Amino acid sequence: MTESLVAARKSVSGAQGRTGLGAGRHVRRYWQLWLMVLPAVGFIGLFMYVPMYGIQLAFRDFDFTAGLTGGDWAGLKYFRQFFDSPLFWPLLRNTFVISVTTLVVGFVAPIVLALMINQVGGGRRKKFMQTATYLPHFISIVVIVGMLQAFLNPSTGLLTRVLAVFGLDEVNLLGDTSAFVPVYVISDVWQHCGWNSIIYLAALSRVDPQLYEAAKVDGASRLQLIRHVDFPSIVPTMVVLLILTMGGVLNTGFEKVWLMQNTLNLPVSEVIATYVYKIGILSTQFSYATAIGLFNTVINFVFLIAANAIARRVSNWSLW
Amino acid sequence: MSATSPPSKGLFRRKTPGDVVFMLVLGTVCVGILFAVLYPVYFVLIASVSNPSLISTGEVWLWPKGVNFFGYREIFNDDRIWTGYGNTLLYSTVGTALNLVVTLPAAYALSRPEFRPRRILMLFFVFTLFFNGGLIPTYLLYRDLGLLDNWLVFVLPSAVNVYNLIIARAFFEHSLPKELFEAAMIDGVSYLQYFAKIALPLSKAIVSVIGLYYLVQHWNDFFTGMVFVRDNALQPLQIVLRDILLSNQAFAGGTGASGGSGTSYDQQYADQIKYGVIVVSSLPVLVLYPFLQRYFEKGVLIGSVKG
Repeated sequence: MTESLVAARKSVSGAQGRTGLGAGRHVRRYWQLWLMVLPAVGFIGLFMYVPMYGIQLAFRDFDFTAGLTGGDWAGLKYFRQFFDSPLFWPLLRNTFVISVTTLVVGFVAPIVLALMINQVGGGRRKKFMQTATYLPHFISIVVIVGMLQAFLNPSTGLLTRVLAVFGLDEVNLLGDTSAFVPVYVISDVWQHCGWNSIIYLAALSRVDPQLYEAAKVDGASRLQLIRHVDFPSIVPTMVVLLILTMGGVLNTGFEKVWLMQNTLNLPVSEVIATYVYKIGILSTQFSYATAIGLFNTVINFVFLIAANAIARRVSNWSLW
Repeated sequence: MSATSPPSKGLFRRKTPGDVVFMLVLGTVCVGILFAVLYPVYFVLIASVSNPSLISTGEVWLWPKGVNFFGYREIFNDDRIWTGYGNTLLYSTVGTALNLVVTLPAAYALSRPEFRPRRILMLFFVFTLFFNGGLIPTYLLYRDLGLLDNWLVFVLPSAVNVYNLIIARAFFEHSLPKELFEAAMIDGVSYLQYFAKIALPLSKAIVSVIGLYYLVQHWNDFFTGMVFVRDNALQPLQIVLRDILLSNQAFAGGTGASGGSGTSYDQQYADQIKYGVIVVSSLPVLVLYPFLQRYFEKGVLIGSVKG
């Protein structure tokens, strides 16, 4: 999916077709294509771009009678309010820790899994391994968190039973501030690792068999084959995926964090997204919540641009 | 799990000790991973039909014990689940139909190289992957459009998923023979005719892939119901699930058949009901999964074609 973004970009930048038709001739020739693309443009325009226009709410005092953009100009008032808030640093830290840990572990795990599955011989076994590992991808987040709660319940959960076998006492991982991030990240890897490895396995299946032959003739061991043949073949895919994920450096999965939150783990589980929901939707401080949300989006965008610039320099590839 | 090198079997016929160790380690790790992925799912399944007191004393490990269907009986007697199920079925089918009708033609138009505005149009779509208005402006827009507490909120705003649009576009661009299009153009076939009569019938694969992605997206959608809908009669399955699984609005005080018959009894069976609810709600996806998984996978592969 990501590599096709590359493709999209490439085909987009290569000048195609002949130079300018007049507007009238263009419409006469292509009106059917316009007809096909316009509904999608309309939906995206309405549901994605109109809210972007509404971002100015972050700089205005929301006025219930004046509607989306009618309030008085307030400048940076709501941003200052956020920066001065005692919650600013904890929120930023929690959001950053959860998303960066997920990003790093979630980036490395599928690579390792793909390299490993690629070594499994026999079409059937390999296929089974693949199919089984990406099954959890389709389980809903509500069910995932429900399973976590059932398994990690300190009195009746599976974990407590397993610990008892080893003579250990029960633990309450869901109410433990130091366990929140590991539980969040591990369950995330459990759910998505197999699915995210598909794209690497596809790249690995395109490796020229002659490369293996040549390396073996040179006496390469299996680990050396992985290190010097397999790994380099997936580096381009890795770069693309890394840039794309960098754009979400402050994007925590709102739904999962929200569902995993409880009063015990709140000091580490309150993130920007959940705070925006509470401030905005639950206590209707619309302008303030919009400002916090915009802050989050802008940080993400800065990271995306930085990652893109680095990638352009290092690997000659970039999103734009 | 033994491992043979993928491309050639000849060169490694004599296995070195290093190879044997490698295979042993690989096999062990693979079995470990399979266990870690599949056992939790399997455990939910057996726990949903086991005697809950045997689960809490740790006697249920590999197969169900004290088999009973109390949990499922309670679930089948609960209106909320069926309302949620019905709603989700409605939103998923109507939503997916709209998704396909909007996404596929757009993807086709954007795949035509001679259609020069496609460059700016792609930018228009892709930009929304990285920048958006955020929750509050979106909420206020929906309010102004009258979408709050309206079932259309499950269908209209998600009409186009840009990732799916990109996948479909990649398919149309790379998987349909160019000669076909040229021949059709010579015969004077219009774009709409070509799309409907030639391109679509040749694209069953992509229609299934995109359709399935959208279907799963609707089935698992929790956010929409949580933020934009208050009316219980409109809530989809995932919200009902949240109420039962996480908010502990268990059956004790609810519409459950055993209401009022003593809290310890309810308490004891609350977990079994939860396991049962997980099974019932995930069943459609899990049952269809073995048949559909090659389509899911195909989507990733089509999307990753290099242009």
